Amino acid sequence: MSVNVSMNVNGRAVCGEVEDRTLLVEFLRENLRLTGTHVGCDTSQCGACVVHVDGRSVKACTMLAVQAEGAEVTTIEGLAQDGKLHPMQEAFRENHGLQCGFCTPGMVMSALDLVERNPDPSSAEVREWLEGNLCRCTGYHNIVKSILAGASAMRGGS
Amino acid sequence: MYAFNYHRPDTLEAAAAALAAAEDGRVMAGGQTLIPTLKQRLASPSDVVDLATVPGLGGVRREGDAIVVGAMVRHAEVAASAEVRAAIPALASLADGIGDPQVRNCGTIGGSIVNADPAADYPAAVVGLGATVRTDRRTIVGDDFFTGLFETALDEGEIVVSVSFPVPRRAAYVKFPNPASRYAVVGVMVADTASGIRVAVTGAGDSVFRVGAMETALAGNFSADAIRNVAVSQDALNEDIHASAEYRAHLVGVMARRAVAAAAG
Amino acid sequence: MAENGIGASVPRTEDHRFLTGTGSYTDDSNLPHQTYAAFVRSTHAHATVALDTSAAAAAPGVVAVLTGTDLAGDQVGSLICGWVVTGKDGEPHKAPPHPALAADTVRHVGDAMAIVVAESARAARDAAELVKVDYTPLPAVVSMRDALAEGAPQIHAEAPGNLCYDWEIGDRAATDEAFGRARHVARLDLVNNRLIPNAMEPRAAIGDYNPATGDYTLRLTSQNPHIHRLVLAAFVQIAPEHKLHVIAPDVGGGFGSKIFIYQEETAVLWAAGKIGRPVKWTADRSESFVADAHGRDHETHVELALDEGGRFLGLRVETRANMGAYLSTFASCVPSYLYGTLLQGQYTTEAIYCEVKAVFTNTTPVDALRGAGRPEATYLIERIVDQAAHDMGIDPAELRRRNFIPADAFPYPTKVALEYDSGNYGLALDRALELADYNGFAARRAESEAKGRLRGIGLSAYIEACGIAPSQVVGSLGAGVGLWESGGIRFNPTGNVLVYTGSHSHGQGHETTFAQLVSDYLGVPFENIEVVHGDTEKTPFGMGTYGSRSLAVGGSALVKAMDKIIAKGRKIAAFSLEASEEDIEFSGGDFKVAGTDRSMNIAEVAFSAYVPHNYPLDELEPGLEETGFYDPANFTFPAGTHVCEVEVDPETGTTEIVHWVAVDDFGNVINPMIVEGQVHGGVAHGVGQALLEGCAYDADGQLVTGSFMDYTMPRADDLPDLTVETTCTPCPHNPLGVKGCGEAGAIAAPAAVMNAITHALGTGAIDMPATPQAVWRALNQ
Repeated sequence: MSVNVSMNVNGRAVCGEVEDRTLLVEFLRENLRLTGTHVGCDTSQCGACVVHVDGRSVKACTMLAVQAEGAEVTTIEGLAQDGKLHPMQEAFRENHGLQCGFCTPGMVMSALDLVERNPDPSSAEVREWLEGNLCRCTGYHNIVKSILAGASAMRGGS
Repeated sequence: MYAFNYHRPDTLEAAAAALAAAEDGRVMAGGQTLIPTLKQRLASPSDVVDLATVPGLGGVRREGDAIVVGAMVRHAEVAASAEVRAAIPALASLADGIGDPQVRNCGTIGGSIVNADPAADYPAAVVGLGATVRTDRRTIVGDDFFTGLFETALDEGEIVVSVSFPVPRRAAYVKFPNPASRYAVVGVMVADTASGIRVAVTGAGDSVFRVGAMETALAGNFSADAIRNVAVSQDALNEDIHASAEYRAHLVGVMARRAVAAAAG
Repeated sequence: MAENGIGASVPRTEDHRFLTGTGSYTDDSNLPHQTYAAFVRSTHAHATVALDTSAAAAAPGVVAVLTGTDLAGDQVGSLICGWVVTGKDGEPHKAPPHPALAADTVRHVGDAMAIVVAESARAARDAAELVKVDYTPLPAVVSMRDALAEGAPQIHAEAPGNLCYDWEIGDRAATDEAFGRARHVARLDLVNNRLIPNAMEPRAAIGDYNPATGDYTLRLTSQNPHIHRLVLAAFVQIAPEHKLHVIAPDVGGGFGSKIFIYQEETAVLWAAGKIGRPVKWTADRSESFVADAHGRDHETHVELALDEGGRFLGLRVETRANMGAYLSTFASCVPSYLYGTLLQGQYTTEAIYCEVKAVFTNTTPVDALRGAGRPEATYLIERIVDQAAHDMGIDPAELRRRNFIPADAFPYPTKVALEYDSGNYGLALDRALELADYNGFAARRAESEAKGRLRGIGLSAYIEACGIAPSQVVGSLGAGVGLWESGGIRFNPTGNVLVYTGSHSHGQGHETTFAQLVSDYLGVPFENIEVVHGDTEKTPFGMGTYGSRSLAVGGSALVKAMDKIIAKGRKIAAFSLEASEEDIEFSGGDFKVAGTDRSMNIAEVAFSAYVPHNYPLDELEPGLEETGFYDPANFTFPAGTHVCEVEVDPETGTTEIVHWVAVDDFGNVINPMIVEGQVHGGVAHGVGQALLEGCAYDADGQLVTGSFMDYTMPRADDLPDLTVETTCTPCPHNPLGVKGCGEAGAIAAPAAVMNAITHALGTGAIDMPATPQAVWRALNQ
């Protein structure tokens, strides 16, 4: 069955026709062409697809598009403002928190949810929080460093 | 996933009606188990009934000597709830250790217990804390709720509304996670409650179970030492590549002692 | 050091697009009129099959259902193995046919049998389930022991006894003689566990065919688009090279798994030609688990002979290596020339002999994975050295030091065919021990014991052969290709520069490192340089990225191209400045007439080259664009010491890595930040192998670890912060003095972890992965 869904994605009202079984990530990638949200597994574990729905980080591969009806969705494409990277994005760049870049959008979106709850996390808290995000390239060392730096920058209001 | 019809009813009655009308309907709470199952094409329901907009299934509140958690309350809400953290920190900590942050942001207590995964965490809380489960039809005692592998006492179409956890004198939950999935290989809830000591084990068997010998030993002496020599039979325990039955039986002892130590403070 | 030049930790150019979600991975693209593919895969490890595709073909949205029979009918060639290893008997290895779609026999779970092409991915997947497969099961052989047993079921008629080859290296007689003189012999049986690569981006391919021109285009997840084109053209013969355009856009990690030419991209390209529309396929992770070439999977018996002073007299190695069901693109060279040749390690071992049986089994093919052969060699050397140290009561660091090849002994010819070019092993060991506070270990162990924990410290003094590879050497050993690299420099009239490389970046940061190199060398501002890679129509033919080769070989090719640019620039400057060519000096981007203040910037030279209004055309060609091809004189030999310290909970068997030190000699370093990142990632991969990752099949050949639910990937909380430093002995034979850093961590780490665990446990009787259960069992045997 097909239905119309409408939601607000990165501050823009969007709608589209989807099958009931369409995942939110499929709607974002295929209907909206927001291909920054990635799919790295089919068991809801890798976290490459993490986006924010109504302010909470969720796996867009584990939510139906119809479940996000009326929701506020933020994807990686919605972070940089006026061409300026978000402090968390900038921290990843400065600290070499990414290599192939595939897990990166999910890492950044997940990190922002952590910092929202815990503005000054410890290194151990960051590592624990990243339970739902896999990376094969970085060994996580620089991801953790990036998130700590990003959190610090966000506390500083920069 | 296979095609299905999605429903988003606004009342509990409408949800029940949608389920009743479906050829093979499934309730969706947080979807964190259901959607992966559908994606893997391991289930092909004709209809999926989402409870997201059904009123009355949310909220955490204190009712007398119990904490009542609505069926649609997400793990992250339980973990962060000041009410839960004050009254039953073991429950908050259990919820904080389920899956990963994104799963906790969506997954719900109702969805978890209805699914009755043998390696899920919440069953240890329901049985270990002596909870009761309220449905749209009745109240079910926690000890009677889980009836087997992915099986519960719920009838066809019956919907969980809330879970009521009596506040224990002290309790702790300790789990040994599966290194890959991070589900419980063994998780043990130990609670000193008004109705006695309870030791509930998840992950190790087909379904959550209590360890009577440990409960008896702890009733006399609430210390890790009291159960050091209580052996758990490996018969009927789960086996997989991560843990043999023998190793699981051993871990039940270790996790139980650690839980007792943590509860005893 | 220039701000963005060699030696500077320049933030990466490529990061902006990745961080803003604007990268372009294969699955991010869609072509007009595109269709979608799903594969029908075997659920049996070994069976004959008959397919009925009628229901699938009639399903809604289905465009075509194509089978192995159709493929054979079109005379699409077999997938190939590009390196022929010759066995002890002088015979070439057995490389049985490997069709892109199995027609009548399937040989592993996941073997592709049919491709279903439909208007949507969902329709393709739905219809694939409607293909009726009639399996007649054949007995499957899953373990190497079973495969080699007398009377074992045969997987390929072409490979009697399921033996791909029985190969040897070294001197058997000399080794026997050395063992005869030994005061002590250390022995171990070791399993090097099978790994599943799991780059985070699943493989994907979009095939396209233009009937007007007969041109094919394949956009896919490849580490080496030119090799894909070469194999698909010359061997599989879907289209001639000049009619096949291969694009590897942003690629989300490879680790070796995206080197190979697989069934899926072959079938997708062929299907696009059949239906005359683009065909797109993106793997589900579940498909990746069964269809991406796995890595490692060795069983080895190793013996080390020592004299009374602990000097290594002889090393004897007997290995069985699993090839899986078919011989993948470079599978044959991994447990032979990338393995046996590394058994000298960092030591002066006097005699070495190694024999390897490569074995077919009914499992997913096995090929190169980060390190490829060298992790397996390092693992057994470093484990047996620790075993010997334990047996003889010698400190493991001291035993290594006694046997190191001295820093003044280079070039050092090994007993296993290589010649080490440079190194200083003692320096790296000493620094690593200092950073790890090796001397303070006893006190830390006592603290752990007080908490009821076991503590261990383990070393791994590894060496690898990188910068793959001298074509003459690999050619003489059976490689079907040369392993040089190409690099091109194109100045535009406005002075900015396009840099072309045949290597490919899928996380390594070439767009930054290569730009730093060119900026430094030619004096062009970093931001005026664009690195182009991953497209066979844009870049010169090149061999791609693997074996830590991109900078050592590809960077050196760029140096050759830049030298030509400077030579040409000197001519142009001499003409423009009315000086003789010999008087022109080039430095910092300026061509100067020696001893004068007359000079021309290289951007002005470039402009002049494209506006040659008054050039003496018989002496001076217009344009400023040059290409270099570099074929290395030798491998490079990165080496170093890693130290791992662990704490083990004896009650649960859980191991926690509490400290990691890596001191690596990569020669010169262009971007230290990127190099450190490569070490971090490699170490995590090696820690994954040692503690977490173990591919498991059941007796029927079903993959038990078929998803992230069962196959444990390293997560952030499995790893500590890592202490990483480098030492430097420059590579003497490439112009940059670089050695390569991409695989070091994965090569060094497993032995360091396992030596730490055996040190903590007091027993060497444990294999990887040292899961909590395995550790608990080892403690309770």
